[in-house]
Amino acid sequence: MRPLRDIAVVAFGQTDHRRTSDELSEVEMLLPVLHEVLDRTGLQTGDIGFTCSGSSDYLAGRAFSFTMALDGVGAWPPISESHVEMDGAWALYEAWTKLLTGDADTALVYAYGKSSPGSVRDVLTRQLDPYYMAPLWPDSVALAALQARALIDAGETDELALASVAARSRASATANSHAQLRGPVPQGDYLVRPLRTGDCPPIGDGAAAVILAAGDRARELCERPAWIRGIDHRIEAHSLGVRDLTDSPSTRLAAERAGAFERPVDTAELHAPFTSQEVVLRKALRLDDSVRVNPSGGALAANPVMAAGLIRIGEAAARVHRGESDRALAHATSGPCLQQNLVAVLEGDAR
Amino acid sequence: MPEVLKAPLVVEFPFTRSLGPVQSAFLTGLREGVVLGVRAADGRTLVPPVEYDPVTAEEIRDLVEVAPTGTVTTWAWNHEPRRGQPLDTPFAWVLVRLDGADTALLHALDAPGPDAVRTGMRVRIRWAPERSGAITDIACFEPFDGAAGGRPTGHDGRFDDMVTGIVAPARLDYVYSPGRAQSAYIASLSERRTVGERCPSCRKVYVPSRGACPTCGVATSEPVEVGPRGTVTTYCIVNIKAKNLDIEVPYVYAHIALDGAGLALHGRIGGIPYDEVRMGLRVEPVWSEGGRYPDHYRPTGEPDADYETYKEML
Repeated sequence: MRPLRDIAVVAFGQTDHRRTSDELSEVEMLLPVLHEVLDRTGLQTGDIGFTCSGSSDYLAGRAFSFTMALDGVGAWPPISESHVEMDGAWALYEAWTKLLTGDADTALVYAYGKSSPGSVRDVLTRQLDPYYMAPLWPDSVALAALQARALIDAGETDELALASVAARSRASATANSHAQLRGPVPQGDYLVRPLRTGDCPPIGDGAAAVILAAGDRARELCERPAWIRGIDHRIEAHSLGVRDLTDSPSTRLAAERAGAFERPVDTAELHAPFTSQEVVLRKALRLDDSVRVNPSGGALAANPVMAAGLIRIGEAAARVHRGESDRALAHATSGPCLQQNLVAVLEGDAR
Repeated sequence: MPEVLKAPLVVEFPFTRSLGPVQSAFLTGLREGVVLGVRAADGRTLVPPVEYDPVTAEEIRDLVEVAPTGTVTTWAWNHEPRRGQPLDTPFAWVLVRLDGADTALLHALDAPGPDAVRTGMRVRIRWAPERSGAITDIACFEPFDGAAGGRPTGHDGRFDDMVTGIVAPARLDYVYSPGRAQSAYIASLSERRTVGERCPSCRKVYVPSRGACPTCGVATSEPVEVGPRGTVTTYCIVNIKAKNLDIEVPYVYAHIALDGAGLALHGRIGGIPYDEVRMGLRVEPVWSEGGRYPDHYRPTGEPDADYETYKEML
């Protein structure tokens, strides 16, 4: 189904993602990125029709932490604003629906996360089912390792193939000045077997921002807008033992609803923090070797939690802006072992 | 630039959660050494059980007992156990499909090393010596190669003294840093000075500064010393004694616009009867010995400030 209005990503900015940034508060980390996307479009904070953000109180270690970051968008006098306690890709989805209603023509979407103050492996256990799983404190790497083992047992990958995913990602990231891990990175020791350090994302702090615009407004703000042809997100059972961990039916369904299978894409930015998750996503999205997967290096090169999914959409859009892609797929995930998945299809005007 | 401050921050809280009928039966069962699943619409037995069918979303209540023995469906070797995890010696995370169940349960497997673990291996529950009705009543799984023991008795999930809730304690440790702007503010306080930052666009002075102007959405950076004297812009009289706070009630809590600041700070007013505090009262900070911020503010004796001078800061 064709959307009610044409909506595009017209600008994207991100921080240089780093292991720690304790000299900066969240809003201090975010401000340069917000100004980057505003400068790129010539918009000022007061021009933005709708603002939406993604972040997590559990990363910040304080309640209502997103309100602090609102200082960065000029929230006084009151603005039209919303927040999701999720990756910013879901904030972008909310902004997209807002623009579809016609209530706004432009939207600023941003996301940020500082993993450095806490232990992100422990912090992420708090998103698990509180009755059966959270009391056991299974950390994010452990859960990903269970999925990796299931894939190996099913004959869909092996440790060598996983290492090559890591190597390819970080080699691609040499061209990405924002990435945290670039070039040859040792595969390292087992963190939770069968996953080695190299199979896991770096832990770091970072932020990203995107500007969306509708119709002619998008053409005014960007030479080659990245039109969102479709976007959808799906969720599957929370309990890992109910799911087939070697597949991602929610990703496949989201991709189908976003129109991803109607025509081939040339680029895919996949939010796969663990090497084994790229194996699952390639299968679910039917990506063959003709598709350039994660030219940015992906989440294995930089994984600022809560921003990494939005960055996938931003990276895909930026390639369309630069004329390096005509039809790109962007994917974002949330929850353990690819529980929730969002897929967007972005296209540039014909050249 | 002053040193960026850091301090340990522990967030610790017990979540008290009530259980629905299915979770209540399952966790009570664990206390009694009985494992229960729930029958889904498609005939599958789900363990651990849920209240709503994952396919049809229908409410499901049909409890069935399964065996304490089962098969590993996937595993991961955890050589460095973390705080709160089921075992403090190296162990395998496992998903186990118990005999009689169609789905798998997450838990830990006590095994000598990764070479002793494989998908498809047979395991059984090792019960915790003391059980309360929680997932941790299963201490862990252990390898099992004997004949199927502890056959299900056909329990229907009705027990005396049902567990109706759990308390799930959580603790997360952080090293908190307030960032550049707030570090500078706190550092100035240690010299008994109050320093804010001016917005380059609207020229307003924020104190304490968080590094950004919420009106203009731009970074603030020019330090500006404000006070020490200020004006009460508004106030309230507190009649409830706060726990662990050694202040006699009633007392006055006020917004105080320090001279040169663009917005008001919070502070307690002392040195004057509570019912004589008023808008426009001129005050100054009083520091206690070794205090890291003003203990309270007291009247300076100056004439009251004109309303026009502070009305923008209400």
